[in-house]
Amino acid sequence: MRGRHVRSFIGTMLTAFCASLGAVALLLIFGYVLLQGFRALNLAFVTQLPVPVGEPGGGIANGILGSVVTVALATAIAMPIGLLSGLFLALFGRGWFPGVVRFLSDVLSGIPSIAIGLFAYIVFVAPFRHFSAVSASFAFAMLMLPVILRTSEEAVRSVPREIREGALALGMSEYATTMRIVVPAARSAIITGLLLSIARVTGETAPLLFTAFGSQFWEVNPTNPMAELPLQIFNYAISPYQSWHEQAWAGALLLIGAVFVLNVFARLVLSPRASR
Amino acid sequence: MDQPAQRRRRYAAVAATDRAFLVAVYAAVGLFVLLVALLFASLVHGSWPSLREFGFRFLWTSQWNPVTNQFGALPLIFGTLVSSFIAILLAGVVGVLAAAFLAEFAPRWLARPLSFIIELLAAVPSVVFGLWGLFVLAPAVRTSIGPFLQKTLGFLPIFGGPIYGVGLLTAGLVLALMILPTVTAISREVISAIARDQREAAMALGATKWETVAGVVLPAARVGIFGAIVLALGRALGETIATTMVIGNRPEIAASLFAPSYTLASVIANEFTEANGKIYVSALVELGLLLFLVSFVVNGFARILLYTALRRG
Repeated sequence: MRGRHVRSFIGTMLTAFCASLGAVALLLIFGYVLLQGFRALNLAFVTQLPVPVGEPGGGIANGILGSVVTVALATAIAMPIGLLSGLFLALFGRGWFPGVVRFLSDVLSGIPSIAIGLFAYIVFVAPFRHFSAVSASFAFAMLMLPVILRTSEEAVRSVPREIREGALALGMSEYATTMRIVVPAARSAIITGLLLSIARVTGETAPLLFTAFGSQFWEVNPTNPMAELPLQIFNYAISPYQSWHEQAWAGALLLIGAVFVLNVFARLVLSPRASR
Repeated sequence: MDQPAQRRRRYAAVAATDRAFLVAVYAAVGLFVLLVALLFASLVHGSWPSLREFGFRFLWTSQWNPVTNQFGALPLIFGTLVSSFIAILLAGVVGVLAAAFLAEFAPRWLARPLSFIIELLAAVPSVVFGLWGLFVLAPAVRTSIGPFLQKTLGFLPIFGGPIYGVGLLTAGLVLALMILPTVTAISREVISAIARDQREAAMALGATKWETVAGVVLPAARVGIFGAIVLALGRALGETIATTMVIGNRPEIAASLFAPSYTLASVIANEFTEANGKIYVSALVELGLLLFLVSFVVNGFARILLYTALRRG
């Protein structure tokens, strides 16, 4: 009898060890980024343009700006399509079609971002023979869509049917019922999904390589090549220069900080229940 | 009160708004489906010259040579499969056990923050994983992990040869960390969905907590757990930036896990902007098409497993 209980204890400890490995890995990576990042982080880094190798100082302010512009544009593309499709799945879909859409969306969320970057290149870069931030936004929007679509579907589904039926029974139009009653009731869960989708693409690098391409200058025109924070981190990291490596760590700290804030805000502040 | 004509006009306006709204909803969902179809179509279109030139030879010849315009993807397929396999082996075991802990053994006050931390690991951008892999893990593999494995298991060819630091093993380790949250979170969900009476029956028969979990709960959740692992495999196969930074980028097939290698996704990342010539570009797009098809099948399979597992639970 005792042997079985000892085995049960050892087994439990083994699973606890495995669970702690994940947490330890996060702390190791995050701790190292903090340590290295803070060394190179200063005001110039977040306010100035990059300087050529060998010159001291300089920053990646244009990359931060570029990332904000690109992600904002992607959100503007993905949000309406995703929310309306989510409404379709939750309220209006009948028969086999919603199942197909759901399956496509779930599968799309697993398609490698580099393949989606190629798609954006073929559709938006090759025809114009010109790299552009808007093509990167398009790729990002494709990556955001499945997240927005499924989270808004679930958010809308969780609004009690009686609320919707009550509004319709009082003579409200379909449009007013949906957009003024149902969607506001599901608002915080929809925003959670939106923030998570933004967090997902903010750190994306692969599709940027041949869409936004990068730039040395201040650039706000989305039809031009644009600097992007993750892309600059990547380029600095694989360069042979020590000073650029330091800047890569500082950039990584900013990026990981932004993504964590989005995640924590979305999961803990907006919908504490969603994080279970 | 409104005049009848006025009222009719207002009803007509409401009906028109509703129609426009429904049209917008259907248009959005139609556009979504169209975009997915277009994604596939454009990849096929872009890789057409290469598909015509090489046919199925593309998949099993091992020359990747832009100079002679010979493109065979075998070394890249090899690198992709081996690095993902290492990742799935490590993250599969650790992730499922971690999920068992979070769902079955851990008290609530511990399970919640721990799950949250593991989910945060999933949010770490892949370029940051790559940076850490390149400057922390790769040197560790070169100076301590690699030599240790070589000393203890060096008689196996997979642990032979020179240790560069970057290579298949390092890529596999980074990928393992990246997919660990996927395995853990989804397995936990599947395990939690197993009916309570199964556990109670086992406990009532005198099984210990561990025997209940290992002998009853995990076997009952096996379809869903398998689904979680397949889903994570899909992530590993398509991961680009982190792999590119730590795998060494050399299109060769070597027996040793310490050897540098190359993956489908990293070749595209490294060579696409510099590729010239129709065949070269379309060969790279064909790699993208290959990735698309593989992840479509792998993810589709995983989703079907998970739909079954979670519906039954």
